Amino acid sequence: MAEEKGKKMSEEEAKEGEKPKAPAAKEASEKRVAAPKEPPPEEPQVDVDSLPLVKRVKSAKGGLIEDVKYFRGEITFLVKKDGIVDLCHFLKDDTETQFNFLTEVIGTHYPEREKPFEVVYHLYSTTKKHRVRLKVQLAEDEEVESVFPVWRSATWYEREVYDMVGVRFTNHPDLRRILLPDDWEGHPLRKDYPLQGPPGYREAWLKAHCASTNKL
Amino acid sequence: MGVIERKLPDNALTQLIDKVVNWARRSSLWPMTFGLACCAIEMMAAGASRYDFDRFGVIFRATPRQSDVMIVAGTVTVKMAPVLRKVYDQMPEPRWVISMGTCANTGKNFDTYHVVQGVEQIVPVDVYVPGCPPRPEGLMYGVILLQERIDQMKVFRK
Amino acid sequence: MMEKGLMDKGSVEGQVVDYLMRETLKTREMWINMGPQHPSTHGVLRLILALEGERIVDTEVVIGYLHRGMEKLAEAKTYPQFLPYTDRLDYISSHAMNFGYVLAVEKLMGIEVPDRAQYIRVMMAELTRISSHLLWLATHALDIGAMTVFLYCFREREMILDLCEMAGGARLTTSYFRIGGVAHDLPDGFIEQAREFCRIFPKKAKDYDDLILKNRIWLSRTVNVAKISGEEALNLGLTGPNIRGSGVYWDIRKDEPYSNYDKLDWEIAVYDGCDVYARYLVRLKEMRESCKIVSQCLDVLEKLDGPVMAKVPKVIKPPEGEVYASVEAPKGELGFYIVSDGSPKPYRLKIKAPSFANLISIPTMVKGHMVADVIAAIGSIDVVLGEVDR
Repeated sequence: MAEEKGKKMSEEEAKEGEKPKAPAAKEASEKRVAAPKEPPPEEPQVDVDSLPLVKRVKSAKGGLIEDVKYFRGEITFLVKKDGIVDLCHFLKDDTETQFNFLTEVIGTHYPEREKPFEVVYHLYSTTKKHRVRLKVQLAEDEEVESVFPVWRSATWYEREVYDMVGVRFTNHPDLRRILLPDDWEGHPLRKDYPLQGPPGYREAWLKAHCASTNKL
Repeated sequence: MGVIERKLPDNALTQLIDKVVNWARRSSLWPMTFGLACCAIEMMAAGASRYDFDRFGVIFRATPRQSDVMIVAGTVTVKMAPVLRKVYDQMPEPRWVISMGTCANTGKNFDTYHVVQGVEQIVPVDVYVPGCPPRPEGLMYGVILLQERIDQMKVFRK
Repeated sequence: MMEKGLMDKGSVEGQVVDYLMRETLKTREMWINMGPQHPSTHGVLRLILALEGERIVDTEVVIGYLHRGMEKLAEAKTYPQFLPYTDRLDYISSHAMNFGYVLAVEKLMGIEVPDRAQYIRVMMAELTRISSHLLWLATHALDIGAMTVFLYCFREREMILDLCEMAGGARLTTSYFRIGGVAHDLPDGFIEQAREFCRIFPKKAKDYDDLILKNRIWLSRTVNVAKISGEEALNLGLTGPNIRGSGVYWDIRKDEPYSNYDKLDWEIAVYDGCDVYARYLVRLKEMRESCKIVSQCLDVLEKLDGPVMAKVPKVIKPPEGEVYASVEAPKGELGFYIVSDGSPKPYRLKIKAPSFANLISIPTMVKGHMVADVIAAIGSIDVVLGEVDR
């Protein structure tokens, strides 16, 4: 249903303004679509190092930062694997940054990279009203330290990353699956995991767990 | 009913008795609220002010032990399936199942690793209500269809 | 609880009881399973409660009973195709979910949305905020034992659903927003009907107040129940009306104004009671403020004419990069993090779901309370399992 709806919608969008059926409809559709504007301006070149946040972090904890990126107004720090908890403590306690809120922790799988896993942290400051993104890259079988001592909400976020992508966190108080059943095999958000799961796995799991269903 | 269920000959008297039993059953269908996802909200709307399910004798019960029909409203996931089966097993006979919405009917709008493709894999279904989510009117029609079906059931007759 | 006299360790009886408890009666916690099929868990939430008598000593929250694999599904769909799925995240406020998603894609592509579409979006998002809070009030009151509020709230909610149906064609899962604007302009008669709603809603909201605002049972079930301080709330990741009920001034609509929120006149609802009652007051005030925003949008929309759709390429192919955009959904901060590799499908899409984060604090909130207070606590943080499990 929803898929069909989505397809229909994109088709409608594609046909938009191409073949108006009646004059009234034509007028309406012309009114709907804004006059073609110039293409959106290219991302203005910003000197990343001049941003106050980058300056502050680089001067205090420059040794932990591998790279800084700036895209669409968002600052991304690529952090060394061992320095993440140290940096988070600094960002939370420093008077200039005051990142007192962990928005989320994300795991991403890039199978073609040398270090295929990426853990992304989004931080927000409710007092300074700014955001930052931290990234840690991990090789297969590498673990990263949990930021649980800094923000307690990280327990659930990191459990989700473990469940979905299979990245393990050291010093995590309770690293288990959170969304999928405990005896599930595989991590669905890895790129090599099929959308419907491994063939037959879903049905086999059901068969094993709904004993009385087999009588049907 | 027990011993004489479906044992008596089919004559005018047993037809009348069956009719009375069926009338009683269809006029007080108490659904088990198995609200899972979006459809559950429409199911609640069906029970609330504007659509008012009470006038069909449909009163939502929160426990399987006191209910006649289970409305499976929403996506049945793999993790939820054993629970759904357990709740169904706890319901007393005679029991019916209404599958509400595309997710429960076929599961095809979420054809992913963790979604059961149709609730009929877990429990037998009597009425399917299409829609994503169906409107309360749709559910209402489903209930009426089920009532018609109950009317034709044989209780004592062979 | 034991009588105080007996538990008093100074007295002889107290020492005897203490000795008996330690040596002969081995006490242990009782584990009670609540859910996943329970009428007051608002769907398929499961809690495992460790009880000492009636008091809760520990809680484990088990989620995932509605995990539909949305994020994996997003990687298999094109950008416009995924839009209808966002409706089904928080199905009570689908416009707000659409809003977050289209903002993220527009930010990624650098699309400027026409002004009229912005106002329509803000108006629809605020209407769904009212409808979401109404449903919350209805079910929360029903859980606590006030049946009439349920029927009253659904009566007004149906009016909003009628408006959604006029605009988008569906009651719940509307998908009215599009990347670059909204699907089509508002139909004739919409503005009048919306005005009528704005006219009568404040009166109806007063009805709810009359029913429960100072009701003694309501007060004893909500005041000083499930307390959480502002600092702890930040630490545990609480957002939205829940954190504003703990006295933290944080509303994304004000702090990082997206769309046209900075051009409208409204107030943040903040109360510092930190309990269930404060969260209730926040949502009540938010409904009234949202009603104010809707009528201001209607004022503008009556005069403002123009397109409702920006010029968007036929195949949406954002540049390579990653963005995070967040909106203030009725439940809290809703964010979409999109990684694009330049193809028409997202490489990775992560949904920061407000209810997921809000659930983290349940064990802290209910510790030491009675079992019945768990229901008040779950109700007060307003979970929707569709977005918890995604």
